[in-house]
Amino acid sequence: MAMETESQKAFHVDVGNLLAFNPFHSFPSLPASRDELVKECLHEGTKLVQAVADSLFNLPSSEDVDGPLVKLPPPTTKLPREKHLPKPKPPTKWEEFAKKKGIQKRKKDKVVWDEQTGTWKRRFGYDRVNDDKDIPIIEAKMTDGVDPFAKRQDEKKKRVEKQEKNRLQNLKQAAKIGALPSHVQLAATALPITGTQAPPKKVTKDELGNVAGMAATSTASGGKFDRKLPGEKPAKKQGKHRKFLPVVEGSGIGSREKEQTESVLNKLISKHSHEILNVGKAVTMYNVKKEKKARNKRNQEGKFSSATNKLKPKKLLQKKTGKKGPVSSKKGKAK
Amino acid sequence: MSNNEQTLRFCSSAIMMRIKTPKNGRVRRELEKRAPKLVETGKKTLILQGTKTSGTLNGVLSEIYHLKKGGAVRFTRKNDNIRPFESGGEASLEFFSLKTDCSLFVYGSHSKKRPNNLVIGRMYDHHVYDLVEVGVENFKSIESFNYDKKMAPRVGSKPFIAFVGEGFENVDELKHLKEVLLDLLRGEVVENINLAGVDRAYVCTAISLNKVYLTHCALRLKKSGTVVPRMELVEVGPSMDLVVRRHRLPNEGLRKEAMRTAKDQPKKKVKNVSSDAIEGTIGKIYIPDQKVGDVALPNKAKGVKRERREAKKKEANERASKKQREESE
Repeated sequence: MAMETESQKAFHVDVGNLLAFNPFHSFPSLPASRDELVKECLHEGTKLVQAVADSLFNLPSSEDVDGPLVKLPPPTTKLPREKHLPKPKPPTKWEEFAKKKGIQKRKKDKVVWDEQTGTWKRRFGYDRVNDDKDIPIIEAKMTDGVDPFAKRQDEKKKRVEKQEKNRLQNLKQAAKIGALPSHVQLAATALPITGTQAPPKKVTKDELGNVAGMAATSTASGGKFDRKLPGEKPAKKQGKHRKFLPVVEGSGIGSREKEQTESVLNKLISKHSHEILNVGKAVTMYNVKKEKKARNKRNQEGKFSSATNKLKPKKLLQKKTGKKGPVSSKKGKAK
Repeated sequence: MSNNEQTLRFCSSAIMMRIKTPKNGRVRRELEKRAPKLVETGKKTLILQGTKTSGTLNGVLSEIYHLKKGGAVRFTRKNDNIRPFESGGEASLEFFSLKTDCSLFVYGSHSKKRPNNLVIGRMYDHHVYDLVEVGVENFKSIESFNYDKKMAPRVGSKPFIAFVGEGFENVDELKHLKEVLLDLLRGEVVENINLAGVDRAYVCTAISLNKVYLTHCALRLKKSGTVVPRMELVEVGPSMDLVVRRHRLPNEGLRKEAMRTAKDQPKKKVKNVSSDAIEGTIGKIYIPDQKVGDVALPNKAKGVKRERREAKKKEANERASKKQREESE
């Protein structure tokens, strides 16, 4: 209190901000050295802080574990807000209608008495009261041949869709005046399309790459000198996509045209010729058949005691001849 | 559709809109924190730099970040396209402010014309509200002060702020600077404060018409006769001279809107809590009915042991009779 004896020196003290302001001090002449300036500033600062502390420590305090706790008064210096004031939510269409008609909100219980089973069931959720799947029989009307269960499901779907549409409309209305709830965001899924309302097809990465390549090659220089964006991969198949034989070529060993025609002819002839044998295939077929036979025999022998094996004559291991001359008949043999 | 949103598609008249709500509780809480509130909590500060910075400026920026550790975001890259005082140069700042949810920013840059330049600005609704440009001179960092380390102020404590000088009242620029500095240094607005935890003070003195000496001190509370202790200031933190160069005040309409406060709403009634004159605060707790039969007994009662014994005997008898039957067959 001794600090404020001089009546003209009244500090502006804002305890809520722990702020003190002395509007009367001035430096008539700047002190010569920095140290003196600092000392003067600290001296004045101490006076101000003491003034704040005076008011602060005289506030009613409550004892706490860590120390005395005081309740600060609200700050007096006004500072601008960082965000706008939250706008109250506008009433929804139903709320307006209810107000007009005077419909009161009724508190609903979480559980409802179910007559059918004779228990308390939930109003909504897992095991609920009027579930569609619990209805076993619906009497059929003579007039229409409509599946009543499907009809019920369709109606429910329509009701749900209508509800969602209304919810969206309400949120749009709120967004228009800037009072959208904080956890909701409205996002436009697609730009307005005139004409058919088909949703735009999502383009894949490969497709984009192909299109980019096509666009590049359609330039005058075939896309060779285009500046590439960072991360753009080079075109997959550059240059010509088909290889044509040269017009004039020698007819020596390496003549490509001759080779080409030869290979084609061979393929053609071999397909339709019955005398030409695929040796490899024939050998494999023969071996497979032989093994199968041997396996069957072994299985049959294995069922009886193995001692009888020794009495059977040994199998002649014949050498297979390479020549299979008129073996084409074997092909026809079905075993 | 990403996995983090529950989306409901619906075809509206011309534009297809969908409602996005967060699937996570964490995301929902974050969005609620960033929503505009009736009573606002502390503002966060964004500290960033421009194309060129000097050594002193780097020190200033990091020390400001240290002082505001809890509620500050520090960007370390240089940003070429931020020019706060030009009309087009604020877009980047506003974007950063939106993304980090900061409404105060401190932008440092260094050039020949404006050496050691610091632009302190505020945002309203993530748009620039006002700016003050100051130059930093005679900067002394925390390391250059020697003091008893035990007195060092703790991070996040609420500071005392003292403004000295008639310049703060008379000169327009200094008045604006005072308001901005108060916003910057204040920290969170709290209702209760622990008197044992006050340990720092900022002192700003108006030295001349455009110069301010800002310093950060630790408080020592000394015993005095009364309840109020005697305050002693010891310089600990950074100290610098701020020379006001330019400033931009908010336009009148925006200022009026930002200064608006809603009338205090009556506090929401807390359920199951009532207060009595004699007993004080009373709370109600609802306990479900106790099921006496299903509770597990702590010590094995004799009856339980006997039951077990008899069950074992019965089993043994049954097994014996079974064997007898088998043997007889």
